[in-house]
Amino acid sequence: MVDQLPQWAALAPVLALAATGLLLLLIDAIKPSSRSNTSMAVTSALGALVSLALTVWFVVAGTGHEDTGGAIYLLADAIKVDTMALFFTAIFASVTALVVVAAHDYFHDHESPAEFYSLVLFSATGMALLAVANSLAVVFVALEMVSLPSYALVGFLKKNRGSVEASLKYFLVGAVSSAIFVFGISLVYAATGSLILSDVAEGIESVDGLAGVAGVGIVMMIGGVAFKTASVPFHFWAPEAYEGAPAPVSAYLSSASKAAGFVVAFRVFTEAFPVGASLSAGIDWVLAFGILAVVTMTLGNFAAVVQTNVKRMLAYSSVGHAGYALIGLAAISAGGSGNDAVMGAAMAHLLVYGFMNTGAFLFVAMAERWGVGRTFEDYAGLAKRAPIACVAMAVFMFSLAGLPPFAGFFSKYFLFMGAIDNGFVWLAAVGAINSVISLYYYSRVVKAMFLDDPSSPSALDAVDVRPTGLYGAVIFAAVATVLLLPGFGPVIETAEAAAAALF
Amino acid sequence: MIIEALIGFTFVAALLVLLAPNEWAGRLAFALSLVPFVGSLYLWSGFEAGGNALTGGTIAFESQIEWLEIGGRSVSWFVGLDGISLPLVVLTTFLVPLAIVSAWTPIDTRQSQFYGLMLFMEANLLGVFMALDFFLWFIFWEAVLVPMYFLIGVWGGPRRKYAAIKFFVYTNAASLVMFIGFMALVFGLGDSVSSFGLPEITQALAAGELGMWFGIPPETLAMAAFLAMFFGFAVKVPVVPVHTWLPDAHVEAPTPVSVMLAGVLLKMGTYALLRFNFTMLPDQASMLAIPIAVIAVLSVIYGAMLALAQKDLKRIVAYSSVSSMGYVILGLVVFTEYGVGGATFQMVAHGLISGLMFMAVGVVYNATHTRMIDDMAGMADRMPIAVGILVAGAFAYMGLPLMAGFAGEFFIFVGAFGADAALPYAPVFTALAMFGIVIVAGYLLSAMQKTLFGPFRLETDYEVGPAPFHDIAPLGVLLAAIIVLGVAPDLFFEMIRDAALPVVEGVSVDG
Repeated sequence: MVDQLPQWAALAPVLALAATGLLLLLIDAIKPSSRSNTSMAVTSALGALVSLALTVWFVVAGTGHEDTGGAIYLLADAIKVDTMALFFTAIFASVTALVVVAAHDYFHDHESPAEFYSLVLFSATGMALLAVANSLAVVFVALEMVSLPSYALVGFLKKNRGSVEASLKYFLVGAVSSAIFVFGISLVYAATGSLILSDVAEGIESVDGLAGVAGVGIVMMIGGVAFKTASVPFHFWAPEAYEGAPAPVSAYLSSASKAAGFVVAFRVFTEAFPVGASLSAGIDWVLAFGILAVVTMTLGNFAAVVQTNVKRMLAYSSVGHAGYALIGLAAISAGGSGNDAVMGAAMAHLLVYGFMNTGAFLFVAMAERWGVGRTFEDYAGLAKRAPIACVAMAVFMFSLAGLPPFAGFFSKYFLFMGAIDNGFVWLAAVGAINSVISLYYYSRVVKAMFLDDPSSPSALDAVDVRPTGLYGAVIFAAVATVLLLPGFGPVIETAEAAAAALF
Repeated sequence: MIIEALIGFTFVAALLVLLAPNEWAGRLAFALSLVPFVGSLYLWSGFEAGGNALTGGTIAFESQIEWLEIGGRSVSWFVGLDGISLPLVVLTTFLVPLAIVSAWTPIDTRQSQFYGLMLFMEANLLGVFMALDFFLWFIFWEAVLVPMYFLIGVWGGPRRKYAAIKFFVYTNAASLVMFIGFMALVFGLGDSVSSFGLPEITQALAAGELGMWFGIPPETLAMAAFLAMFFGFAVKVPVVPVHTWLPDAHVEAPTPVSVMLAGVLLKMGTYALLRFNFTMLPDQASMLAIPIAVIAVLSVIYGAMLALAQKDLKRIVAYSSVSSMGYVILGLVVFTEYGVGGATFQMVAHGLISGLMFMAVGVVYNATHTRMIDDMAGMADRMPIAVGILVAGAFAYMGLPLMAGFAGEFFIFVGAFGADAALPYAPVFTALAMFGIVIVAGYLLSAMQKTLFGPFRLETDYEVGPAPFHDIAPLGVLLAAIIVLGVAPDLFFEMIRDAALPVVEGVSVDG
């Protein structure tokens, strides 16, 4: 049925997100009387779900897949819709839906939550556009489209000093890294003479005397990717921004925005700078990503161990997970037989991570909504008052740690196994050691919630409301985290097929 | 489909109980837990398997559904039973209802969560014993830890948090080592296996398909994998010197959880040792026969000595488990029909006996609120039936003939004594291990004499009376099962021997 649609219909998931964002603005502008928090949340959630449904339909129908005629190019090759783009759009749309549903309760007493929803939807549009970008120019524009609403979202609580401070830090680091990234693009353009990814790849093969220029450009682009994925060396905004931002925004940034960084990295580096051609031009970006992966996961994990604030711990754990996902780029080799397996595993990990990490941050959002405090001690005994939400949080924690009964086990296992199969035992070993360390700080949350007694009998009196939207989002994410274990087969197959198309 | 129905039902039952109100969660859990028991009896009645599931025997109730593929090897939902796993499945489904009834008295907070977790654990335990695919097995194996962690950590004694975390960290770290060891084997087998099915891997190993991996020769690889897996499972069993998590976990755990821990969870370790180390890598096992036998004898003697030194009734039973597990390891390492078969039989027998002992000590504790030997005396006056069964259980532990413990230990000694071929100095090891029984008799008799007999003495401000019927009934049922199995060991031993023989034949005794 998809075949009978016009070519541009392949962009429908992106357009659905954009249209929803515009619709929200429209409602806000022409009929302010009806811009209640609820109607806004429902509209944006429906928009995200429509986009999700379209992506799933396209994936099942095989849009952009080799079997149905290959990737769909639009707008003079600037846009390319393939399985990978759809896969990541599914992640963005799922996280967006979870976040807006949860935000409905989080901003229940905010005076004008309407802006929040439209900012989230525009940012999501940017992410979806990033996933289909086939030109460095589109990549940059889409990247800015993701970033600009994000700065505003982090500082959304205007009267909260932490929120504003986080926003400023995020903006400054973001502005610098954007500048570096766009400068990198210009250098690559100078060396190769094109912005379209496949033409850049041809340019790299005959780069000769300009290899140095191209190399510097690529290094600068790595910097831009590191910023967006919260990896070393541009990670230090992440703990500040995630801690200061309203928790639903933290969930959004650490899951969707991170995945957006990875879709750029996966596409640009495999399509524009193929490993073989880059190596013969003397540019070894695989090694660069390998070092970044090791440093990022180790730093993220060790920093998470010493935190006393749950949200900040999750922020550092999110840095650590960026390191795991970087293995998807760091463990590939020229003509390696397992390239698609390891990159597919990284993509599948990002999907699973999208649910478990969003869920964990949304639990923090719920704790903030209750007002029970932010440290591990403040979570003590929560399970007595809110058992179901705490079970969900335990699922997220164990899954993030990679314990077997949950989806996080398979996604990490595939990732490490893919790295070993492709000859990168050291990457897998560092990843496995970090995974074990992570069990310590994740299990601290579980221990606090279930085993510890509250510091005072009245400490939990704040837990007096049952925010339906937040509860629903948290439980849905937990169910997805569990069900992705038996249902991991189709996910990994789709991801591997998507990755295989890149090599 | 019957296995899927059994495991699936138990998961659903766990969910139902979790959502039930606290007042009747215990009764609902008991009623629901009878269904898996009946199901396992049905499995037993329709059981038709020959040989060992891993070495190519026919697998009863086999069921295989493709799940996903990892690096060219398929992972599937692959379950089935043979003569080694069926007795343990029956043991599990038999102990859970009894443990649930024994929880009615001591568990008085958050009952629905407690019983829900018990059933959740049962479902995963069944999975451990029935899974024949490595990944499936590993998921169940690890999933057992989660409910156990909460059962100890939430409902345990004063130092419950410490005990729960120690248990979790010890067994999890051990699992990781074991996992890496097994993965090394799979990588070493390379393209000669197309799945993670345990039978396929076992048979490929037996056929000598293990190759070089990253420059490591196959012999070294097999030995490293054996050691890693042995370490991983030894912690679970546990054997000396990695046993230290066990007494803490037992003492802090509430009675019904101790019953499950000693009765079934420890058997996961010995079951996995038999399945993985001794069935898959018999040559490495016989190369290391002497060190393993030393560990076994050390566990028997040292565990018993530690029990001798305790002043807490529950600690005595806990340490005696370490001692009993030593016999199982000894039975496995000698590679004879009666040794391996007896070890498997002893797993079931010890499951019943230690379950009975923990339950009986728990009944006494319910009345006295102390477990210290010095605090009480003459309990037989006040609770004659419970004490009578406790004494009977202790005699079963000591290996009184016509009780299950005697059969298990006797098989092991028969199998071990003449096993010079696989284990040099086998008679010496066997004789040393037998000496453990003397110590067992020593500490059990002395503890009982001090606490149960003589004039009644206990400082309480309430009257100590006989235990309620629902405390006594599970004790009686367990005792009956112990006697039945002692009188007619062939109920299980025949099928166990059938499944153990291929393991024994797999080892080149003269090599």
